[in-house]
Amino acid sequence: MWAILSIRVENKPGILFKVTHLFRARNFNIDSISVGVMENPEFSKMTITTVGTEKQIAQIVKQLDKMIDTIEVKRLDDKESVYKELVLFKIKLNGESDNAEINKLADTYGAKIHNGQEGSLIAELTSTPDKIKEFEESVKPFGILDSARTGVTAL
Amino acid sequence: MEIMNGGKALMKALEREGVKEVFGLPGGANLPMYDELFKSDIRHILVRHEQSAAHMADGFGRVSRKPGVCFATSGPGATNLLTGIATAQADSAPMVAVTGQVPVNMIGRDAFQESDIIGMSNPSVKYAFQPRTVEEIPEVVKKGFYVAETGRPGPVLLDIPKDVQQNEAKVTFPDEVRMPGYHPWTDVDMINIERAIDLLLSAEKPIILAGGGTIISSAFAELQSIAEMLMIPVVTTFKGKGSFPENHPLSLGPIGMHGHAEANKIMTEVDCVLAIGTRFSDRSVGTFEEFERNLKIIHMDVDPAEIGKNQTTQVAVVGDVRASLRVMLKLLAKKALKKSDGNDWLKHVNEVKDYWRENLKLHPGEMSAAKILRKLREVLPKESIVTTEVGQHQMWASLFFDAIHPGTFFSSTGLGTMGWGFPAAIGAKVARPDVAVVDIAGDGSFNMTENSLATSVLEDIPVIVFLINNFSLGMVAQWQRTFYDRRMIGIDLKKCPDYVKLAESYGAQGIRAQSLDELGKAVKAGLNSDVATVIDIPIDPEEDVLPFVAPGTSLKDMILPS
Repeated sequence: MWAILSIRVENKPGILFKVTHLFRARNFNIDSISVGVMENPEFSKMTITTVGTEKQIAQIVKQLDKMIDTIEVKRLDDKESVYKELVLFKIKLNGESDNAEINKLADTYGAKIHNGQEGSLIAELTSTPDKIKEFEESVKPFGILDSARTGVTAL
Repeated sequence: MEIMNGGKALMKALEREGVKEVFGLPGGANLPMYDELFKSDIRHILVRHEQSAAHMADGFGRVSRKPGVCFATSGPGATNLLTGIATAQADSAPMVAVTGQVPVNMIGRDAFQESDIIGMSNPSVKYAFQPRTVEEIPEVVKKGFYVAETGRPGPVLLDIPKDVQQNEAKVTFPDEVRMPGYHPWTDVDMINIERAIDLLLSAEKPIILAGGGTIISSAFAELQSIAEMLMIPVVTTFKGKGSFPENHPLSLGPIGMHGHAEANKIMTEVDCVLAIGTRFSDRSVGTFEEFERNLKIIHMDVDPAEIGKNQTTQVAVVGDVRASLRVMLKLLAKKALKKSDGNDWLKHVNEVKDYWRENLKLHPGEMSAAKILRKLREVLPKESIVTTEVGQHQMWASLFFDAIHPGTFFSSTGLGTMGWGFPAAIGAKVARPDVAVVDIAGDGSFNMTENSLATSVLEDIPVIVFLINNFSLGMVAQWQRTFYDRRMIGIDLKKCPDYVKLAESYGAQGIRAQSLDELGKAVKAGLNSDVATVIDIPIDPEEDVLPFVAPGTSLKDMILPS
């Protein structure tokens, strides 16, 4: 089972370490993690996606809640919340036709195209992990030279 | 607002928390705080190894229920504390550990005696602070004590860079602190207490399982009242030993790997358990799946993260267990229950109890574990405090030494730290100088922190070391005999050292007891002594601890003496 955890923490040094250490020490997995300062700079928001049984996820939430540095821990319902991830793919161009085809795919998925170095372009897509996976599969035949993703963030 | 240096601010803040003693060892990075300790009214108790300072603070904390304080320098001083800190964390003991750190501008440069103790200790502390300015010190001390002693207690680390100890600044001492992410108190959960009562009263074969949380929250009277009101038998975890008088007719003693035979037998028959302040450790319940099969669990605990961690519960009551039990008692009293003490379940429980108390086969020798520990119980005043080391002697203490007075039995039950018992006994004696304190020890464990004899003798903190000496790492030897076809390796301590001479070399009293008569006299000599007494009690190295629930098996698979 996949879960999105939204964690409001005090914006102090060392807290990312403590949260990730908790996952390691308790034998839980982190699928992705994204962190940013909130509108009130006293706090940061961490969004962690994790995989586990229902019992394990309930336990992760409790252990996170128990941490003194966490102010609020929420398990987001993936049907009622907006969750997105930004990904960048550097895609190989083998000819002019590739460029047009990739642009067409990008239109379908709502990705932006940035012209990078010669012989490649960079596609930027903000979407759900499922859609990103689909897009990745569809551009894979052209050759993905490099990629980077932010991890899921959610509200 | 006053101008002072960080070391003085630390001492003032500790004094404001009521600290009268600290256990510690000075070094380069904590010299400035020691200089202020010199000028303060706080007593310094010098240890010979920082691990013992942490165990002393731990023993002090468990007995007084106020955080014990230990001091160590940076680097190796701090890492030596770690075992003691982790031990306190595993057993939810309140502690404030204060370490020196290299100066702020040296942090991260691999300075001499620098260790990232904040990072290293992270999983083993309840919280850690590293104040970077003098002004922060009063606040972190206040927060540190608040965190260490509230909710589920635990160790807190204050890591103070040397320059922060030295620098001067205007400081103020707060009366209150704010920690927005820390909520140790919850309201009493009335709804679930009602549900718990309904479930408990509908059970045919109920039992109460009292854990360490019962002792931490001092819920002794409440536990006993509920057990007596409902006439429900009481088992404990090993850490819960001492939460319920073990000479009480409803007491069955500890369950678990080396639980009492009657307690383990009955535990496999019950249909409903009221579990109070326990985390259902594997050592107590055996395999998790087997334990919860056919069992309805009511779980009371102050820590919400313990609910459902190891066992599936039907009713969870989160909150201070004493407060919850008080409400439960009130609600039960209103129900005007008529549960006669002649119910069939209790009759059966008593039959099982009587059978095993009469028929459990014991080692035949005069100096068997059962006989020497029953002799100790006979001679020792009931309000005396007992600590143990870790190993066979610890489990024999669980089996054969009845804890009668509430909260008089303490052991490293979670981390299982050899060497804990003796320094913890010293810490306990500092907290309760009015009662006798005995460390039930084994030779392997005592050997690890025996240099605390210097502290005991020179600081005038006399305790008794009841040294059950089988000249070996006995528990490991037992496992090698049982599971490894007697391939004995690394267990023979070859009668070294001579513990009578060792005790004498420290200025303590050393007595060898080779008969029960000598033993009784030795304990009495220890009780009357002004210095520490080590009673060396040679026993048969082949004696096993039985009954035994092998690891990875369930309570019903208990191995009995043949």
